[in-house]
Amino acid sequence: MKFLVCISKAPDTTTKITFTDNNTKFNEDKVQWIMNPTDEWYALVRALELKETLGGTVTTVTVGKGDVEPVIRKGLAIGADDAVRIDADDTDAYQVASLIADYAKSENFDVIFTGKETINYNGFLVPGMLAELLDLPYVSLAVKLELNGNVATAIREIEGGEETLQVNTPLVISCQKGMAEARIPNMRGIMAARTKPLKVVAPGSVASLTVVKNFEPPKERGNVKLVSADNVEELVRLLHEEAKVI
Amino acid sequence: MSVLIFVETQEGKLKKSAREAASYGAKLAGKLGTDALAIALGKVEHSELATLGQQGVTKVLHEESSNFDHFDSRAYAKAVAAAADKAGATVVVLSSSFNGKALAPRLSVRLKAGLVSNATELANTDGGFTVKKAVFSGKGVANYSITTDKKIVTVNANSFPIASGGGAAAIEDFSAGLSASDFAIKITHVEKAGEGIPLPEAELVVSAGRGLKGPENWGMIEEMATILHAATACSRAVSDVDWRPHHEHVGQTGLTISPNLYIAVGISGAIQHLAGVSSSKTIVVINSDPEAPFFKAADYGIVGDAFQIVPKLNDALKKYFSSHN
Ligand SMILES: Cc1cc2nc3c(=O)[nH]c(=O)nc-3n(C[C@H](O)[C@H](O)[C@H](O)COP(=O)(O)OP(=O)(O)OC[C@H]3O[C@@H](n4cnc5c(N)ncnc54)[C@H](O)[C@@H]3O)c2cc1C
Ligand SMILES: Nc1ncnc2c1ncn2[C@@H]1O[C@H](COP(=O)(O)O)[C@@H](O)[C@H]1O
Repeated sequence: MKFLVCISKAPDTTTKITFTDNNTKFNEDKVQWIMNPTDEWYALVRALELKETLGGTVTTVTVGKGDVEPVIRKGLAIGADDAVRIDADDTDAYQVASLIADYAKSENFDVIFTGKETINYNGFLVPGMLAELLDLPYVSLAVKLELNGNVATAIREIEGGEETLQVNTPLVISCQKGMAEARIPNMRGIMAARTKPLKVVAPGSVASLTVVKNFEPPKERGNVKLVSADNVEELVRLLHEEAKVI
Repeated sequence: MSVLIFVETQEGKLKKSAREAASYGAKLAGKLGTDALAIALGKVEHSELATLGQQGVTKVLHEESSNFDHFDSRAYAKAVAAAADKAGATVVVLSSSFNGKALAPRLSVRLKAGLVSNATELANTDGGFTVKKAVFSGKGVANYSITTDKKIVTVNANSFPIASGGGAAAIEDFSAGLSASDFAIKITHVEKAGEGIPLPEAELVVSAGRGLKGPENWGMIEEMATILHAATACSRAVSDVDWRPHHEHVGQTGLTISPNLYIAVGISGAIQHLAGVSSSKTIVVINSDPEAPFFKAADYGIVGDAFQIVPKLNDALKKYFSSHN
């Protein structure tokens, strides 16, 4: 089986977010980059587990410039066999998906794994676009995946429940909690990652369909109004009369 | 030219999020000086679809085929794209439901239409087309310009009020001309999570964390949810140890929600938790530690022991509802 895992970088979850250039750019100064959590914990690990039982290879692909390589190496340390970096800044989801599709279309992957969404622009867009560009079925928000020959059985979350489904490979699947247990790279993995192949490919020319005009800070909330523990009726009154939510 | 809204149904009824998307689309169509049409797929009564007129939709295209009774993003994308062509749509609006968010990106590729997901406000159409959405897990807001001729927007739950007042929408039977081979996904089993209100669209949410000490103590939280007709949620710490099911976990790696009211009991308010709830309209925090970071992100707070406060609050809420209903 040939597996592809799409991996992106994201600012560490505790990063303070600021903007520069008249609020038109995200300020990357002092930002600590990590592997996007759902890519690392669920997409990558489930691909590795399936490879371990069924045989095959796990390749990772990332659209990004050189500064993303420590994140890619971490994926190799966790156990991916090789990695591809498409050498472009990620400008929007369509551009990222198009570049990955260009690379993947001649590689015949059986399953393309992605995370649920990146925690920077929170799009949840790349996997669906990739599936459409490759004309593949797409299972989103999956919590389970089993393969039997070319038949995939997956469980995905729906609003108010779960759905079990069957679909033939090849397919694109976006993964969330439940799919696998996160793995921590060990010393052997980290050493091995140094010499595993990391291929850099030049990007084709693709256009973006959207552009960020500017950023704003989130809306400020006023100071918290404290209510005494002995007077919970006051909270009910405030929720009704002031906040008007009940 | 028109605005096309993809409306989802569930067990023969339009979802609340579908009416929100329809209201958004109709308002946008008004600004652009054009009509709002809708597309519905699968089994649903025409009388139900006609009520979309109240949200300002003039016509609903409907393909009834039972093939659409289960969601398959590829087949749905083909069908909605065909409807967009037929309607001459320049803007397509979907809700940011789980299915809406799986479908919209495929549609973006098919229609070569720039897409912004999770819009929180009506698009600004003065000299362009910009859409506002939360980014960096709620730590920033971005104004996106869509630069293509056709545009797609998905609308966040609870971000846009449901309009009412129009007449009945006309219904037109529609066929996207798909064949059986377009449906690749076979659903073998559906498991409902229970009787409660589903969290993604809930207007009121009661949530609890590690401060509750153990899963056996959730009775009072569920009771509050029942009194309020609210959904229940939890912190990741709690779903990680299986005190609560995963689908209740909100935050950076869980669900992002924006209810009118979010009540957090025994949750510290870690930044990754706030990421999922900070766009809630009103936040109430109950925590025994006055220094808990959540108080800085709250509108109302009670410092004290949840095991004392929550039962008292439940009584007060019961009393309030019995005199107000
Ligand atoms: C990459 C990453 C992603 C993450 N994603 C998420 C996410 O999506 N969602 C999420 O929630 N977390 C997430 N976390 C975890 C997060 O950092 C916190 O660890 C978690 O939110 C803490 O949960 P908690 O508030 O329930 O528990 P705690 O932090 O242990 O807080 C318990 C609170 O209960 C209070 N308390 C104790 N006893 C009582 C009592 N009797 N009455 C009232 N109050 C009481 C305490 O004062 C305390 O404030 C993530 C972490 C990382 C590193
Ligand atoms: N620059 C990128 N390179 C590789 N994969 C990416 C990139 N951006 C997003 N992805 C993948 O697409 C998923 C969803 O991302 P998004 O659409 O940005 O929310 C992520 O979890 C990744 O698996």
